[in-house]
Amino acid sequence: MFKKFNLQEAVSGKNPVKASSVRGIRAKLIEDYPAIEKHIDDILPKKAVLTQIKCRGRIVLYAVGDDILFFQHFDDPVTPTLHLLHRFPDILPQVQVDRGAIKFVLSGANIMCPGLTSPGARLPADNLPEGTVVAVMAEGKEHALAIGTTTMSTDQIKAVNKGNGIDLIQYLGDPLWKTQLD
Amino acid sequence: MAEPAAGKVVMYCGICGLPTEYCEFSASRKKCEEWLRATHPAEHERLYGDQAIAEKLTMTTLSEDKEAREAAKMEKAEQKSEARMARDLEKKLAARVAIKRIERNKRKCVTAVFGLHVFGIDLKTTAKMMANHFACGGSVAKNPQGLDEIVVQGDFSEEIRDLICAKFPAVPKDNIDLVEEKAKKKAAPQ
Repeated sequence: MFKKFNLQEAVSGKNPVKASSVRGIRAKLIEDYPAIEKHIDDILPKKAVLTQIKCRGRIVLYAVGDDILFFQHFDDPVTPTLHLLHRFPDILPQVQVDRGAIKFVLSGANIMCPGLTSPGARLPADNLPEGTVVAVMAEGKEHALAIGTTTMSTDQIKAVNKGNGIDLIQYLGDPLWKTQLD
Repeated sequence: MAEPAAGKVVMYCGICGLPTEYCEFSASRKKCEEWLRATHPAEHERLYGDQAIAEKLTMTTLSEDKEAREAAKMEKAEQKSEARMARDLEKKLAARVAIKRIERNKRKCVTAVFGLHVFGIDLKTTAKMMANHFACGGSVAKNPQGLDEIVVQGDFSEEIRDLICAKFPAVPKDNIDLVEEKAKKKAAPQ
C-alpha cells in the first residue's frame, strides 16, 4: 500500500481530531484489536491531541505529536504502524515467516503460504479468520518485520499451502516507515 | 525519535533505520555493522559476535548452497548500492546552486534560489528561515521549468550566498552562482 508514498507530496490536510471522534477511534481500536486495550492509555493518553493527516489516495494517518501511530485506507480498519507495533509487540496476533522469506518481504512482496508453513515459520495454534491484521515476525528475529492482512484463514493456509497467504500493508524500510513528521 | 516512555524501546540502526537485527538484510550492511560497533559495542557483540554467527548457522533452515547463492546475491546488491551512492555524491559535487536576482520594476526585485533540493534541503523550511532572517516575504514557487525554487522578496543575492554557506556546509561555496536577470519588456498587447 505504501510502496510509493511521499508525505510532502501526499498531504492534503492536517487537523486535530475532535475529542468525541477520538473516543470513537479508541472504541473501534479496542473492538478490532482486543489486545490493545491494556495499552490504549499509553498509546492514546486522554490528554494527548490526536492529529489526523489526510493524504492523497484516501489514506489517513493518525499521529500524536511527532509519532505516526495509526493509518487508515478508505474505510478499512484503522491499523497500527510498525513503529507502534515495535513498542507494543503484543497488540496484534503474530505469525512468523522463515528466514528465506525475509528479504522478499523487505522488498515489499506479499507472503506466500509455504513461507508460513515451513519448519522455520510459525502460525498461531488457534485459527485466525480471513482479513485479520497480523504482525509478521521473522525466524530468529525479535521484532516485527511487517504488518499484513490474511487473505484466507490460517487453517486454510495450512491446508492449501499455495499462493498468497498474507497481503502486506507495511514493511520495514518502506516509505511510510521512513516518513517522519517534523 | 522521541518516543514516549511507555512501551518497549527498539534500537534502530543509525545508518539504514531498521531495527539493528535486520541490518544484515539492508544494502548498507557493512556500514551498519561498523556503526553498531562504534556506538553500541554490547549490541554488536550480541548480533555479530562469533557465538551469534554459530547460532545463526544452526538456526537457519536454508540449505548450504542456497545460502551461498544468497550471499553472492547480497554482495552484488551491496556493490550496486555503493555505486549508486558514489554517483549521488558526484552529482552533488557537480550540482550548481543559482541565486538569481530578478528585477520586477525599476527599483524592486526578487531573489530566486534554485538547486538546493539536490542537497536534500527542505525548501519550505529554508524559505521560511530566509523570510525570517531578512524580514521579508519568502516562499517556494515553481519556476518556468516547473521546478521548485525559493523566492525571496528583495535583493539579497550576496547575503543569501553567505547564509547558505553558513547554514548548509554540504553546499560547496564554489558551486553557488550569482545571476542577474533584467525584467523583460512587456509583450506587445494582442
